[in-house]
Amino acid sequence: MLDDFLNQFLPSTVGGLVFGSIYALVALGYTMVYGVLRLINFAHSEIFMIGTFTSLVVITAIAPASPLTGIALFGVMLLIIVASAAISGGAAMLLELVAYRPLRRKGATRLTALISAIGASLFLQELFALVIIPWLTGKPGRNQQSAARIVDRDTVFTIGNAAVRTDHIIVVVAAVIMMIALDRLVNKTKIGRGIRATAQDPEAAVLMGVSIDNIVRVTFLLGGAMAGVAGALYLMEFENTVFNVGFVLGIKAFTAAVLGGIGNLRGALLGGIVLGLIENWGAIFLGSQWKDVIAFTVLVVVLMFRPTGILGESLQKARA
Amino acid sequence: MKGNGVTGNANPLRRVGALFDGAREWWEHAKVWQRYLVYLGAIVFALILPAPVIGEFMSPGSDWTTVLIYPIGTYILLAIGLNVVVGQAGLLDLGFVAFFAIGGYSVAYFGTQYGWNYWATVVFGIALAAVSGVILGAPTLRLRGDYLAIVTLGFGEIVRITANNSDEIGGARGITNVPHPTDMPSIGVEFGVLPAPYYYLMLIAIVLVIIFSVRLQKSRVGRAWAAIREDEDAAELMGVPTFKFKLLAFAIGAMIGGLAGGIYAGKAVFIEPNTFPFILSATILAAVVLGGSGNLPGVMLGAFVIAWLPERFREVGWLKDALGKDPAEYRILLFGGVLVLMMALRPEGLLPSRRRKAELHEGTGGMGTMGAEVAGPDTDVSTTEAAK
Repeated sequence: MLDDFLNQFLPSTVGGLVFGSIYALVALGYTMVYGVLRLINFAHSEIFMIGTFTSLVVITAIAPASPLTGIALFGVMLLIIVASAAISGGAAMLLELVAYRPLRRKGATRLTALISAIGASLFLQELFALVIIPWLTGKPGRNQQSAARIVDRDTVFTIGNAAVRTDHIIVVVAAVIMMIALDRLVNKTKIGRGIRATAQDPEAAVLMGVSIDNIVRVTFLLGGAMAGVAGALYLMEFENTVFNVGFVLGIKAFTAAVLGGIGNLRGALLGGIVLGLIENWGAIFLGSQWKDVIAFTVLVVVLMFRPTGILGESLQKARA
Repeated sequence: MKGNGVTGNANPLRRVGALFDGAREWWEHAKVWQRYLVYLGAIVFALILPAPVIGEFMSPGSDWTTVLIYPIGTYILLAIGLNVVVGQAGLLDLGFVAFFAIGGYSVAYFGTQYGWNYWATVVFGIALAAVSGVILGAPTLRLRGDYLAIVTLGFGEIVRITANNSDEIGGARGITNVPHPTDMPSIGVEFGVLPAPYYYLMLIAIVLVIIFSVRLQKSRVGRAWAAIREDEDAAELMGVPTFKFKLLAFAIGAMIGGLAGGIYAGKAVFIEPNTFPFILSATILAAVVLGGSGNLPGVMLGAFVIAWLPERFREVGWLKDALGKDPAEYRILLFGGVLVLMMALRPEGLLPSRRRKAELHEGTGGMGTMGAEVAGPDTDVSTTEAAK
């Protein structure tokens, strides 16, 4: 048992970092929306799913005969990331407009909003399975759809017995760049100040001239764009997607957000990486079919013993 | 965008709802004998419901009695159970299907492996479901409502994946040859392939659970739940041991879920992990919310509609042609849309409980508002003000 663990420790760590980066990007959306609205945006996982399908369509349109390298690879990666971020961000704003804004206007309860979110999530999944995926790909909507390979699986270097490949590096580096960009945006710009102000005290923010509607819209846009990037990276790494790809991944990303401290952007990064690692290390002992159970158990345990997460909740000052 | 467009009184959902409001108004003022007449009528109606004449219209394509057992009866039973948790105590449970699974699996496992009597396995399944409700609830019920929702969702998935990965209980292949309920020759009841006895078994279970649930609601326990739902802090200050009562709600909801699982397994003969997906939890939640969470007739109506409509539309020829596939395929799409619409237009459901309706229109139920404490310049306050 211990031998197994030592043998697989490093490869699992690499896998955990790759998964963790994607969890972290999706977790950002949960954490930002929760910070501003105190709402678990259950349909966020579908925004991620939309990102994977946008990338699928773009890659299929480009149809590379063989994996790309150099400047071509960079260009195509940039294209699928930008396209996915744009479509997912737009979808997230639309979601806010349709499913949450009417409730916000009426001052609905959080539970009402969560039920609306679940409804929106089911609706989007089924809309894709029944209408959009067959229309985009011409294949049955509930089947797994695979994309062409755009990045070669070359080993760049090895640490012990773990091979670090090109695609691993791209996912982790791209995720970290996006995180830093978002962190700068929230902490240094005017719109970021508005987001932080609203998260801290919406009433005071309104009095200071912040337009809550705009802030909420931007929050959804940014969170959605991050989920879109996550979708692009996911598709590039795993090369397939399905209409309910977001379901389990979404819960795990939410777990990551809670683990790091919901409302805390850096916490989302930390939570995502930690969850990815725990899940992969745990799978060495129990087998990979128990991965999801490990992740959900982590969620329950964290909420029991430290509901504010590792880094605490910082986008907002106090909890409602 | 102004909210008026969607919140005006002209929307059809409101009008359907107003119709039900009238019926409830009558019920509130009805005399005792009138009420008993209605109860009697309902029972007689339920007894003759499997009649082929009714079935011809209700489900022309498949056996009506079978449809009445699953999905309709099972959904109603589950919805009554979930209503205790969501409607009465105000706790959002997204993993309710776990208890259904636990009830079903204990009947299947102890029946096939140890040859226990069916009724014993059902009772054991109910007990097991209650225990697992307490085990899940004890650490998590101190959390805020929305966190609780996600944790219960995780629990539902844990149960399903565990069943899938455990070879002892059949793994992904499930359990076959689950024993039928024990025959009762003294009263001439035989549980075989014919669906009718199962229907009456289900009916008895539903009636008993309804009586249990109504008695609870009117007792001290029910009042405590209502207090917790409306304002947990205030309830605690008034001396309601909120944690204990929330745990009780969880356990009772779980027991009803377990009972539904036991009856389902006795009829189905075969169960597998995929019988218990998350989507079933969401469907039952949709039923409770659509009908009017907290109000039993409403919840049952919601469950009936959600279980029956897809079965019925499956048989509508022109709809099938127009869509190019089985109309029942669209049911989850529809549920999702309905949930979003209901929350925007009539969050209290079609047939709400009076108390619950007042709470929802107050704007700040026990859960706190979603970041909209601030009335912006164009906030539509008319709906909230008017309802007070």
